[in-house]
Amino acid sequence: MSNVKIATGHEGSAKDQINAYFQRVKSGDMGALPAVGALTVLIGIFTAAAPEYFLRPLNVANLFVQAAELTMLAAAMVFVILLAEIDLSAGVTGGVAMAVMFLLLREGIDWPIALIVSLVVGAAIGFLIGFFVAKVGVPSFVVTLGLFLGFQGLQLVMLGDGGLFKVDVAPINAIMNENLPTWLGWLVLIGGLALGILITLLDRARRTKNGLPNRPISLVAAKYGAMAVLGGIIVAVMNVNRSANAFKPIEGVPIVIPITLGILLIGGLILDRTRFGRHLYAVGGNPEAARRAGIKVAKIRIIAFIVCSALSVISGLFHVSRLGAVEATAGRTIVLSGVAAAVVGGVSLFGGKGRLMHAAIGALVITIIANGLGLLGWDAGMNFLVTGGVLILAATVDALSRKRSSSSQIRV
Amino acid sequence: MEVPVIELQDVKKSFGPVEVLKGIDFRAYAGRVTALVGDNGAGKSTLIKGLAGVQPYDSGTVKFDGEVVSIHAPRQAGHLGIEVVYQDLALCDNLDIVQNMFLGREEIKNLTLNEAAMELQAQKALESLSVRTVKSVRQKVSSLSGGQRQTVAIARSVLRQAKLVILDEPTAALGVAQTEQVSRLVRTLADSGVAVIIISHNLADVFKACDDISVLYLGKMVASLKTKETNQGEVIGYITGLKTMDGVEQ
Ligand SMILES: Nc1ncnc2c1ncn2[C@@H]1O[C@H](COP(=O)(O)OP(=O)(O)OP(=O)(O)O)[C@@H](O)[C@H]1O
Ligand SMILES: [Mg+2]
Repeated sequence: MSNVKIATGHEGSAKDQINAYFQRVKSGDMGALPAVGALTVLIGIFTAAAPEYFLRPLNVANLFVQAAELTMLAAAMVFVILLAEIDLSAGVTGGVAMAVMFLLLREGIDWPIALIVSLVVGAAIGFLIGFFVAKVGVPSFVVTLGLFLGFQGLQLVMLGDGGLFKVDVAPINAIMNENLPTWLGWLVLIGGLALGILITLLDRARRTKNGLPNRPISLVAAKYGAMAVLGGIIVAVMNVNRSANAFKPIEGVPIVIPITLGILLIGGLILDRTRFGRHLYAVGGNPEAARRAGIKVAKIRIIAFIVCSALSVISGLFHVSRLGAVEATAGRTIVLSGVAAAVVGGVSLFGGKGRLMHAAIGALVITIIANGLGLLGWDAGMNFLVTGGVLILAATVDALSRKRSSSSQIRV
Repeated sequence: MEVPVIELQDVKKSFGPVEVLKGIDFRAYAGRVTALVGDNGAGKSTLIKGLAGVQPYDSGTVKFDGEVVSIHAPRQAGHLGIEVVYQDLALCDNLDIVQNMFLGREEIKNLTLNEAAMELQAQKALESLSVRTVKSVRQKVSSLSGGQRQTVAIARSVLRQAKLVILDEPTAALGVAQTEQVSRLVRTLADSGVAVIIISHNLADVFKACDDISVLYLGKMVASLKTKETNQGEVIGYITGLKTMDGVEQ
């Protein structure tokens, strides 16, 4: 009776695994592949078009710093887009929280407390949105559009009027403007790779203990080898002195990079390896099935909006760090780029499909378009046109791959 | 007399002005397969959704193992040991087979999902059903056929060691071989002491696989029969309303 053996997807040689991967891609499960392709093509084009500027250490560092704010906002958005919801107020939520932080700092309150309070304010806003969406049943588009408008007013009310309000807190300003010592950059890279390898090996050990097959170790080696090479190149380039001033060297990995990667890593572990993450994907894929499986759908929705708003505050913090100031108009325009970044990275607006790393890749694509066109001296109009075109292309790829994966299944 | 695993007394349910269940009495016993038959719209799925806690009844008594219980959420049904395989299957297309089978009851180790343990159990459950058509337990459900989905949904209830398993038209979408397989599986389940309720329109299958037959007609339970003591003609009479408890209608 039980002589039938069902595979687990881990069997076979490296070649079988690679074939299976392409099989999945062909059937519409493309993940970040289109975005990674776009990224490669864009880097190629801009390197060819502006060889003396684009892939220079100074510009590469700028690219990462410019992308960080957007990455964080797109990552925030992933949590709600996975539920086929949207948060149009994410940007201004960050703005409001930063206004709160500014007011507290002005009262002489210590920055860690001011920052924590601003995060709590963000989380509370997320709870409010989640409550209206999950409990009252107002579409998230409408709730967050209302807050998008309202919070622009709230920022002005809190800060008095438009303009910049200086924030002079060394640790906050350091995030976007300071770099790791060169040795620490290497240490972070090695530590990150070691952590990844450790997790992979523990997974494999657990599978072996359960008598389950493992993928060929050569694939693991290839994956981490590639990551080590790519990471090594980036750290090496970032450790080159990129200052034009001979007396004031600028070198090292910008501090914001390990912070961003750390948050993405933790978020990714939560999505992939915790019950909450699994339930988030389930609710995004089929809310009724999730409900029948006993998942508290409303609770999952509310938590997702809380996480989204809290991460938006961190994006807002990056913005403040870059400017060295709080802005009364912060967060108005970046929010749409955040949605675009997530979608370009391969997160499906239909819900249930996408990962945090996709947000980072999408954010890099959008940042590189702006950066590269800027270097070529093209104006902002062109930037908007190209970015818009890429977004529509990404959404089309998503829609088509959905169609393909639903028609490739035989419904009896 | 033996205590039924599930006993319904005078259960009612309306959708707005429409009364769909008009005071139902119903029993299902451990180790027995009970068929729930009736024409389209008779109220079979509605009766089941009440037991599953998906759509609670408006009134009436529900006894589980002889004790009065109230089932107002799927979680409560799950805790009692009631598992339902729905007509529309209710699987998450974006998740794989293992993830679907353990949805809502994931196994945790060191604060994180114990994927290896879940994968192994899912594999064992499917293999015990002699499933041949599923390539990998890590296949996304979106890539499965209707029959394969049915198998996954049934295997899920096997996995959870339910006391009462309810199948809403389990074989409606299946080919001959898989129907046979499901029937065999249902018998195995019942023999292991589980009470099984099957909703079906296929009387031939019902007579092959079931011990008891309950007939719903327009929201009323018009007959509860032992398969051995009846025949297809009589059951069809009840289903179509030509026959009632009190005798043949004119
Ligand atoms: N949510 C609902 N709202 C309103 N009416 C409903 C609802 N669910 C079911 N009904 C009605 O209740 C009646 C019984 O439906 P039910 O689905 O229980 O029938 P069934 O016996 O399962 O039929 P079938 O054999 O076609 O599956 C039908 O007339 C149906 O239209
Ligand atoms: Mg039905």
